[in-house]
Amino acid sequence: MENKKNIIELKNITVRFGDNDTVLDNINLSIGDGEFVTLLGASGCGKTTTLRLIAGFLEPTEGEVFFDSKNMSGVPPYKREVNTIFQRYALFPHLNVFENIAFGLRVKKVKEKEIVEKVQSMLELVNLKGFEKRQVGNLSGGQQQRVAIARALINDPKVLLLDEPLAALDLKLRKDMQNELKALHDRTGITFIFVTHDQEEALSMSDTIVVMADGKIQQIGTPTDIYNEPVNAFVADFIGESNILDGIMVADYKAKFAGHTFECLDKGFEPNEPVDIVVRPEDVDIVPVEKGMLKGTVTSVTFKGVHYEIIVDIQGFKWMIQTTDYCAPDSVIGLFIEPDAIHVMKKSIYSGLIGDYSSYSEEFDELSIVDEDEKEETIEEAKEV
Amino acid sequence: MKKRSFLDTFAAIPHIVWVILFIIAPLVFVVFFAFTDTYGNFTFDNISMLSSYAHIFVLSICFALIATVICLLIGYPLAFFISQCKPSTQKVIIVLLMLPMWISLLIRTYSLMALLDNGGLLNSLFEVIGIGRVKMIGTSGAVILGMVYDFLPYMVLPIYTSISKLDPKLLEAASDLGCSNFKTITKVVLPLSAPGVVSGITMVFVPSISTFYISQKLGGGSFDLIGDTIERQFQNVSTYNVGAAISLVMMILILISVAIMNKFSDDGGEIIV
Repeated sequence: MENKKNIIELKNITVRFGDNDTVLDNINLSIGDGEFVTLLGASGCGKTTTLRLIAGFLEPTEGEVFFDSKNMSGVPPYKREVNTIFQRYALFPHLNVFENIAFGLRVKKVKEKEIVEKVQSMLELVNLKGFEKRQVGNLSGGQQQRVAIARALINDPKVLLLDEPLAALDLKLRKDMQNELKALHDRTGITFIFVTHDQEEALSMSDTIVVMADGKIQQIGTPTDIYNEPVNAFVADFIGESNILDGIMVADYKAKFAGHTFECLDKGFEPNEPVDIVVRPEDVDIVPVEKGMLKGTVTSVTFKGVHYEIIVDIQGFKWMIQTTDYCAPDSVIGLFIEPDAIHVMKKSIYSGLIGDYSSYSEEFDELSIVDEDEKEETIEEAKEV
Repeated sequence: MKKRSFLDTFAAIPHIVWVILFIIAPLVFVVFFAFTDTYGNFTFDNISMLSSYAHIFVLSICFALIATVICLLIGYPLAFFISQCKPSTQKVIIVLLMLPMWISLLIRTYSLMALLDNGGLLNSLFEVIGIGRVKMIGTSGAVILGMVYDFLPYMVLPIYTSISKLDPKLLEAASDLGCSNFKTITKVVLPLSAPGVVSGITMVFVPSISTFYISQKLGGGSFDLIGDTIERQFQNVSTYNVGAAISLVMMILILISVAIMNKFSDDGGEIIV
């Protein structure tokens, strides 16, 4: 992967709408040829803006976009070798499935015979054989999604941009499409740049994840890196579930938090440097009280199928723990944490912003994300006008 | 099916009475007069003598067609331009466009007459700058100008509505798939705004073909259009029946042209205003 040349490079990109509304703040990003890169972040973090920069729908206020080492400033979207799959597909309602897919080739005035051949092979690729004459308005969400993919891929783009393409699909279909997209990426070898706010989607599909927040890149890395070695409290909180605690690095390999000094694998901090500690809910072992490093009271238990999700109150801080052993509410349990389950991070602007699990509600999370996404889009559109 | 409540039925009564009194009854009268003579006897004479008005029909259709085409040529680019402006600017332009529609058509036509008249504003200006007076009132150009001036908003508004309803993502998609700005317009914007164009054409063509005051005021009496002919027939009780026959034929002509236009718009063509 490292030897591959970079197909897209963003250098010192800043985007401002108006005078003081900075959407992207000095972004630097290199994307290797053939990679599956995911831009991950909550709404308003600038991920869609980044995609629009690469597609050419937006010019940066400062900085440059390079494509195959060529500077793309001033190059309109129709002259770039990238194609986009839009969030709500943006299929042409006046054309049927065949003509939608053939659109790019028709514009290039490709010969009719070649168009028919290519469209047929695309229809086969996305499993839509026999749908040629259908009107796109009568297709299901998943089918529209496939038409959008075929319409983009038929142009042989070097880079495929996907703007939250699965957001409008229901859960089951979303999982299927995740697998299909991944398979499509492996088969075509095209660089995929995928935008999503769904961390699970990002973890399961990508070669590289770019975590963004507040117009800045927080961390770039493989899914395992991002999950196991988050650089700050934001990333730790955004990717997966995590208990983030205030702590002090007493010395190398010794971290003090929750009133106990733990062995850990991290070093290189100043003596007694204040740090953020991440402990993933699945890495905590439940033991009898007398054997525990910490003890706490179970405040709630939720059955999740594979495991129980329990909230434990330890000195007023609510921990989330995932366990296969049932613990009764109000019982007192001991917790045991292995050295490799503890991850120490430098303090950042996000330290302390992310609280414990005292007011945790999954459903609420989901709902607010979708709502804000819609808002973000309208705001961005309004700004561009 | 839910039974309709008393209130639903009651609410519809004024409308039903209105329709019967002012739409159905007049239509019945038109048909009745068209097929009877002054004494109320059934006859085909009124219809058969219409052939002598053929040249008037042709002239009216030509004028209306030319006015419609000019309105389309001016109106479409204008509507597109408006839709690309900032939302606040769009509102201002739309209000400006609709402002003349709040003034009676008759008054607007009179004011146009004052402009174009031999002693009117334009001619005074021409004289000052040395071009000399130009005869404008009484020319076919003046009549067509009047039609375009009076009915242009009816072309722009439906087209504007259908363009501004387009998802901006569709334009981005076209650009993404290789369309230059011009190709985006021809391959995506034009076909998707066809319903607006159809209703615009209908809303300009229909009043243009039946107008009488525009041709009277701006045509200076040199042009006899269907509207004028019908008006003249109805000023005299003895020619009511001929007037009704002409009206009937014109209604059928308009119905046919509207039906043809709707064929062109997709899915049986709903008219958007």
